[in-house]
Amino acid sequence: MLIIKLAFRNITHAGLRSWLNVFVLSFAFVMIVMTEGLYDGMLQQVKDAVVDSEIGGGQFWQKDYDPFDPFSIENSHSKIPENLLLEIKKGNASAVLIVTAAIFPRGHVQSAVLKGIDPSQKIVKMPTYLLNDGSDTASIPGIIGSRMAKSTGLHSGDYLSARFKNINGTFDAVDIRIVEVMNTDVQSIDRDQIWIPLKSLQKIYRAPGEATVITLKKDVRYYPSGEPGWTFKNHDYLLKDLNDTVRQKKVTASFMFILLLGMALLAVFDTQVLAIFRRRKEMGTLMALGMTRKKVVLLFTFEGCLLGILALIAGAIYGIPLLAYFAGTGLNVPQVATQAGISIGAVLYPKYSIQLYIITSLILFISVVVVSFLPARRITRLKPTDALRGKMA
Amino acid sequence: MKKLTAVFIFLLSGFAFAQAPSGEEILKHIDKNLIIDRALLNTTMVIHGRAGTRSVKSKNWIEGRDKAFVEYTDPPREKGKKMLKLAGQIWNYIPEPTDRIITISGHLLRQSVMGSDLSYEDITENRKLTDLYNAKVTGSEKMNGRDCYVVYLTAKQEDITYYSRKLWVDKERWLPLKEEMYARSGKPLKMSEINDVMRIEDRWYPKKMTFRDLMQTGGEGTEYMIDSINFHVNIPASQFTKAALKK
Repeated sequence: MLIIKLAFRNITHAGLRSWLNVFVLSFAFVMIVMTEGLYDGMLQQVKDAVVDSEIGGGQFWQKDYDPFDPFSIENSHSKIPENLLLEIKKGNASAVLIVTAAIFPRGHVQSAVLKGIDPSQKIVKMPTYLLNDGSDTASIPGIIGSRMAKSTGLHSGDYLSARFKNINGTFDAVDIRIVEVMNTDVQSIDRDQIWIPLKSLQKIYRAPGEATVITLKKDVRYYPSGEPGWTFKNHDYLLKDLNDTVRQKKVTASFMFILLLGMALLAVFDTQVLAIFRRRKEMGTLMALGMTRKKVVLLFTFEGCLLGILALIAGAIYGIPLLAYFAGTGLNVPQVATQAGISIGAVLYPKYSIQLYIITSLILFISVVVVSFLPARRITRLKPTDALRGKMA
Repeated sequence: MKKLTAVFIFLLSGFAFAQAPSGEEILKHIDKNLIIDRALLNTTMVIHGRAGTRSVKSKNWIEGRDKAFVEYTDPPREKGKKMLKLAGQIWNYIPEPTDRIITISGHLLRQSVMGSDLSYEDITENRKLTDLYNAKVTGSEKMNGRDCYVVYLTAKQEDITYYSRKLWVDKERWLPLKEEMYARSGKPLKMSEINDVMRIEDRWYPKKMTFRDLMQTGGEGTEYMIDSINFHVNIPASQFTKAALKK
């Protein structure tokens, strides 16, 4: 108890030097929590968007389908198995047929993917109901994403021609009328893609009843058994690239944390070294009065720990309202950020968990204990007589 | 008298129509002209694109309809690039800076050759018209001042690139002076014209052709000119191998 009292008194009497250390440590603490929260929020936001707009509760892929191998797409379609067809009829799943094509927006040729989807589906969040537009029977209604619209110069109401080879290898061509340019955060349902009614694509591709991907409902509790020729891909598989990307970004960001924390810890270390050098007579007096070397080391280490504790309290005082504000209102993401790497919405909402607070607090506290203890170790070699004369052993 | 003349003209035209060859016969004539056993050609391709006009010269070795080897010789940027076609497969060789052989398959076959209006798929089509299409003569028209049969082709089988074609076939030389290729939906996809012909031994052969991708706008098509052709050439078997691409 004496050590605690002494340590607290010493810290408060050190004045500005202590408070500067507390501020620097608390700033590092708040910044680490904030940045980690931003990454967690980003990951959650992107995951939610991908789940809602694309992968639902998981997908069945036709055995030859590989989204990273364009050569596989031509062969990656087959009849929808009976049990999955039943789930589609029950409203628990939705089928997508994928066909590669050449499109001619404004007379230019460009590679694209035609994706057929049921206009009445409720499995993924896309405005597919607009594909029911039958105002022009000579063309097929189509939906594109904003990125596709930008790259092709297409707008809602525009027409374009698409040329593709049907299941038999015969060229066919159709006119597509863009009925909607949808704003989506998910690039994988946007770039180089045109969504058209499933039945229309099955008809022109001459593949009635066939599909490439079958997406299950988001909160599905029952996974239909797989059929030969179809493989089930769960969230772990479908979100692997996303998780890996965020993990990679976190590693990059950790260098900044190390730098920030390192600077703060250096300040604590310097303070400790200086204190031990300047307070030799005080140490000698304490030892002459009967305090063991171990207790003196403990006193100095505890002083350092107190800086850490005060930093956590100070960080909580100004950090919690600040972080709560950002969590509520979100942070505006510059467009440049959405174009590089992960695609996120215009506003990013950080996500802070108790786990994040505890882990960051522990890292900070343990680091402060270590840097406080390291200089204090010298005290173990100190002779009380030398210390009283102001000498170091 | 007028009535008699009209009857005479009617009978004469009926006789003339009766003498018109069938669609099948016309296709046989075309195949006979265009299918070559072996040849070495020097060609120039003039591509009129949106960004301007450029020409590409090449040396072509052909054996039957399954084997072809192309070496681009001009301009310097394209010089050294080579292409090998064996049946339905194509390999491209790019010397600098990658020194790589690229297999052209799947959707890449639909891409244009050197930015022209021709796709790789167009140049890999190697079957006889008589094997692929049912032909019907729908009339006669003049094309570039020459009398032509108008022949409409529809696919005999499903696995065919163009579902239907319309040909204007020279009645005397049996060359399709104009050809339109259609999608299954009836949408016109491509068009080709023979602008100049040459007589080589017992056959007529195109000397200058124009191809146009009708889905694209802005360009003025691609001209394909045969500068020289030699039907009596010995081509070693090694010419049609992947090893020859890197030589």
